[in-house]
Amino acid sequence: MNLYVSPSPHIHGGDSVSKNMYGVLIALVPAFLVSLYFFGVGALVVTLVSVVSCMLFEFLIQKFLMKKEPTLWDGSALLTGLLLAFNLPSNLPVWIIVIGALAAIGIGKMSFGGLGNNIFNPALVGRVFLLISFPAQMTTWPVPEVMSMNYTDVETGATILTMLKSGSGDLPTYTQMLIGERGGSLGEIGAIALLLGLIFMWVRRIISWHIPVSILATVFLFTGILHAVNPAEYANPVVHLLSGGLLLGAIFMATDYVTSPMSKKGMLIYGVGIGLLTTVIRLFGSYPEGMSFAILIMNAFTPLINSYVKPKHFGGK
Amino acid sequence: MLKTFRIGGIHPPENKLSAGKAIQSLALPKQVIIPLSQHIGAPAVAVVKKGDEVKVGSLIGQANGFVSANIHSSVSGKVNKIDNVLDASGYRRPAVFIDVEGDEWEEAIDRQEGFVKAFDLTSKEIIQKITDAGIVGLGGATFPTQVKLTPPPGNTAEILIINAAECEPYLTADHSLMMEKGNEIMTGISLLMKAVHVKKAVIGIENNKKDAIAHLQHLQSNYHGIEVMPLKVQYPQGGEKQLIDAVLRRQVKSGALPISVGAVVQNVGTAFAVYEAVVKNKPLFERIVTVTGKEVANPGNFKVRIGTSIQALIDAAGGLPEHTGKIIGGGPMMGKALASPEVPVTKGSSGVLLITEEEAKRKPVMPCIRCTKCVNVCPMGLNPTLLMTSTEFTNWDLAEKNHIADCIECGSCSYTCPSNRPLLDQIRLGKGKVMGIMRSRKA
Repeated sequence: MNLYVSPSPHIHGGDSVSKNMYGVLIALVPAFLVSLYFFGVGALVVTLVSVVSCMLFEFLIQKFLMKKEPTLWDGSALLTGLLLAFNLPSNLPVWIIVIGALAAIGIGKMSFGGLGNNIFNPALVGRVFLLISFPAQMTTWPVPEVMSMNYTDVETGATILTMLKSGSGDLPTYTQMLIGERGGSLGEIGAIALLLGLIFMWVRRIISWHIPVSILATVFLFTGILHAVNPAEYANPVVHLLSGGLLLGAIFMATDYVTSPMSKKGMLIYGVGIGLLTTVIRLFGSYPEGMSFAILIMNAFTPLINSYVKPKHFGGK
Repeated sequence: MLKTFRIGGIHPPENKLSAGKAIQSLALPKQVIIPLSQHIGAPAVAVVKKGDEVKVGSLIGQANGFVSANIHSSVSGKVNKIDNVLDASGYRRPAVFIDVEGDEWEEAIDRQEGFVKAFDLTSKEIIQKITDAGIVGLGGATFPTQVKLTPPPGNTAEILIINAAECEPYLTADHSLMMEKGNEIMTGISLLMKAVHVKKAVIGIENNKKDAIAHLQHLQSNYHGIEVMPLKVQYPQGGEKQLIDAVLRRQVKSGALPISVGAVVQNVGTAFAVYEAVVKNKPLFERIVTVTGKEVANPGNFKVRIGTSIQALIDAAGGLPEHTGKIIGGGPMMGKALASPEVPVTKGSSGVLLITEEEAKRKPVMPCIRCTKCVNVCPMGLNPTLLMTSTEFTNWDLAEKNHIADCIECGSCSYTCPSNRPLLDQIRLGKGKVMGIMRSRKA
């Protein structure tokens, strides 16, 4: 008789990397449906191109450069592809998206050693790479057009944050902001849909409340104080919460396991840091939106936070 | 709201297949193999030789020092040999082989059925009887009981906590004992209270044993100072520090003993053994063992003599199922995988769990994605993935600074890890190394 004689524990809870990755994918579905509705074919094309090229680059790099068994179906490259697409305008040409995918997977993930080893959120590395390389294309936002059949050839206009920056243009109503009828990156527009995803991830215990709540609360407080002091100069904090990539970033980008701190206290420090940086960039920087930069900067602080902020030790103070 | 410990914890499927099954006595085997090392501390020294006649309850191994325990024969018959045998630890260690002849007991043992309420004894006398009877912690840690009842100078106990959590999935030995031997357990607890001079005892029981809670609560009015406390089901509640935290809301500091917060913890099975030793003069030579597993024909709770082979227990539960991949001595979280079913039952054997080949196989290991699930479940508030990597990179400094020595090896981290990382395997290795370094520094 052949017996296994491995050490304890002898049972496993059944959780897996792909369960977590696919859980996040399911949480992204409502937001994706909103973007399909308001941006039409463009949203579909950008998403498909981004996902396929991220997975392809992951496969090629693992197979031919790292010479190891590709782990294409763990869901991580698929998720990076989807999140990259969510951070792009829906009229971005295919070739630019492919370059973004190469930057995300190649520079953001694989150059560090692949899954679990990257310091920066790969999708945001891709997005910021494109933002710096193609500033014109990356800041030309399609105006929502229900079920549009056009891809690159669409009407473009200002986003909420560019209107705030320039001080001109008519802001959408709160209802429009909540359902997602506004200009912006294809996945960031639908506030309610993004919040549904958040609730799903809480229920499935994929993420805890610490990071999203601390980011949103910080932005709300910071912009709220400035608004109270000078309402003419600074916008209402609710507008800040519902505009730009704040919700998408707080719920789906900043909560990336690999690049965020490990202790609860560390998560709060990280979240507050992102909230502060985002607000500072939005209100005092030259870019209208600062979410991506804020997350990447705090990603860089994560190892430092991890080495100073420890989980609460049993019997400790 | 039911109490539980405050940091970490998991809730694996309970699978208490043998719950509610009456205790059955296992038939006497033809031969028993009684290891001389069934406890933490120095092995006992054999006081019999080949050819000696022994009775049930005869001393065959003498405790070797304070942290050690006496070993008694569990059968009557003739010593066949003293030889090394593969035991539950996976090592070959000395044991006494006895060929069974009849079932003749030592005269001092009171074999009357029925319950006798304790009589008047001093603390010293109680502890002496416990020492003589070779009682060790029956929850699985097998720490000699007299040591825990003798606090180091300068410490006094305030409260006795009885560990009846039985938080390991599958196991029901303590549960069945509480259902059938309630008065004996309560008397054993009263004796332990007297031994450590405390007026108060709390029995911590997880709330998945409602019948046992009700039964003991019904009895508690007859016994002064004993309280039954139902606890929220949460693994590893049976960990000594976790149980103290759950019951008393006090956390034992790193490296300190439970007595530092005024607590003495004893297992409920140990309390029963104390009753038998003190009231009936019966040494510890038999215990209750749960035999279980999803494919096992008749999972149950068996009273078995120490030294009986695990195989005999498996046969009593309906034989070894096809496709058995692992035989575990103990529960699925902290038990030891046995190298052979011929291993003898010892004082620490709380269960025999048969796991299918499918479940026994480990899944492929993936990279750590820092999801922090191991951090969230660690009941000691450690960072398991950091401790694993510091062990892999032999960074003992880092491991020590992050309290690797506090790991209680409960396995919650490995159980939870979505990447199937062998966290506890590595941490156990690193913990051994770091504790060695710490000891040599002190010396």
